[in-house]
Amino acid sequence: MNQAEKQVLAEMANRVRIGILDGVYNAGCGHPGGSLSIAELLTYLYFKEMKIDPKKPKWEDRDRFVLSKGHTAPALYATLAERGFFPVEELKTLRRIDSRLQGHPDMKGIPGVDMSTGSLGLGISAACGMALAAKTAGKDYRVYTILGDGESEEGQVWEAAMFAAHYKLDNLVAVVDWNGLQIDGTVEEVMNPTPHNLKFAAFGWNVISIDAHDYDQIEAAFSAARQTKGKPTAIIAKSVKGKGVSYMENAVQWHGAAPKEDLYRVGLADLGLSPEEIEGRFKQNG
Amino acid sequence: MADKIATREAYGKALVALADKYPFVVLDADLSQATKTCLFAKEHPDRFFDCGIAEGNMMSVAAGIASTGTIPFVSSFAMFAAGRAFEQVRNSVAYPHLNVKIGATHAGITVGEDGATHQCCEDFALMRVIPGMTVICPADGPETYAAVEAALKWDGPVYLRFGRYAVPEVTAGDAVAPFEIGRGRLLREGKDVSIVAVGYMVHLALEAADLLAAEGISAEVIDMHTLKPIDAELLVGSAKKTGAVVTAEEHNIIGGLGSAVCEALSESAPVPVERVGVRDTFGRSGKVPQLLELYGLTAAEIAAKAKAAIARKK
Repeated sequence: MNQAEKQVLAEMANRVRIGILDGVYNAGCGHPGGSLSIAELLTYLYFKEMKIDPKKPKWEDRDRFVLSKGHTAPALYATLAERGFFPVEELKTLRRIDSRLQGHPDMKGIPGVDMSTGSLGLGISAACGMALAAKTAGKDYRVYTILGDGESEEGQVWEAAMFAAHYKLDNLVAVVDWNGLQIDGTVEEVMNPTPHNLKFAAFGWNVISIDAHDYDQIEAAFSAARQTKGKPTAIIAKSVKGKGVSYMENAVQWHGAAPKEDLYRVGLADLGLSPEEIEGRFKQNG
Repeated sequence: MADKIATREAYGKALVALADKYPFVVLDADLSQATKTCLFAKEHPDRFFDCGIAEGNMMSVAAGIASTGTIPFVSSFAMFAAGRAFEQVRNSVAYPHLNVKIGATHAGITVGEDGATHQCCEDFALMRVIPGMTVICPADGPETYAAVEAALKWDGPVYLRFGRYAVPEVTAGDAVAPFEIGRGRLLREGKDVSIVAVGYMVHLALEAADLLAAEGISAEVIDMHTLKPIDAELLVGSAKKTGAVVTAEEHNIIGGLGSAVCEALSESAPVPVERVGVRDTFGRSGKVPQLLELYGLTAAEIAAKAKAAIARKK
């Protein structure tokens, strides 16, 4: 990836982060911390890696994505909107009674969402099913999923890990967003699920460890996954929860809370919006 | 009566018989010898996937498969398909209304010697309460075949309940209406009481009708193979005609057929209803005939409850 491409993706990740803030601020609730930590991963997937067509969200041969950590829907919605699946303006309707943007991803109502998720541990299994279906049907589409590090405390994640290796699902990539925090504290304090790299390797996966915010490393990992035959790939992506918004970085209390107006303004400024642009948002919002 | 066959056996055979007509796949959780999906696995190894002893994962895997347009049949014992994997059924399968067909065998107390941990008498209740879920429990071999094919053609998730113990044929023949999801089948017309039965209890309901006939009581017998959506039209019509209803199911009397019938009748034809079923207790080990006797799942019990319902008529 050249510098210009990287620049474009970085700007897109920034727009996704702004979309996340817009969503949770207007909803007055939601999960910004773990949304902000996956902005680079999602933008790489949707703007570089995946074979998709926003005009044909149900295209049979598309690559699939499952947000196993479904509570970080604001990040997925912002990415889908920026990619053209639905209007960016709609992000502000997140979680509203008249909105299709449900608190957790809903494949029936939202263009571009490939699987309904939210209950932790279920999404990676569904991704396994898609990958198995592709192989059974002789199709070459690939399946991607992102799960949380805390999510891996769910036993079903390891049932799925066993399954994917058993059926040699080399068309499947599972990314663990290793941001180190869950609702009740650090993952080490609550119920230590680490080391993910050794565990996935022991289950028979190809394992790659990266910095979740470094596009060169992200690209190298997904490219290596494509070259890997006979086993699924796990990418253990060390991230900063709340990345990009100063007061949310590595702060557990922003797992599932929305900023009030003053901190929303601070967050938008952190993401590079000018004072005029920030004011404009409030005028727009009426 | 014709030869007996367990509905699980009929299920395995139906999967084989329908394999060339419909491009479905089959998943199981290390119970294929018991659920009889092994029959399909033998014929179509490329379309059969053993998921090991991990029912939660299997159910969500099925959802992923269904999302790509291929229909999966997912099999395990009712205890694990509806119980262990309840949340996966609800959130992975039913919430997105995916085309997953759950073939749950070894339901109810006719599991026999394995005892309470494996005798699931709660699955009707668990599955019926999920929005958009269709719940079917066939009475015999022919009805099982028809139900499996109907489920394949049905848009959305279907829970199919099968038994371990052999049952006689009761739905064969021209006198019985063709199988249709959501349409109960009138097996015998009567005027004094309506016996509404499901699954294993249907043939016992017919025996009970014979017992009642010997005493001059005319009993109508309905095979309510689809618990959800329940055939309220047939139920209400029958209840209005006979004025008394007995339900019979191999399930807890809470939450299953008895509850579903009461829900339907209370809204438009409130007549006396008596429920035959497992009376809110766990099962135990024993031979099937002994268990049926112990828990009151007999023709004699149905007949007794029929008379009790008739006695309550105003």
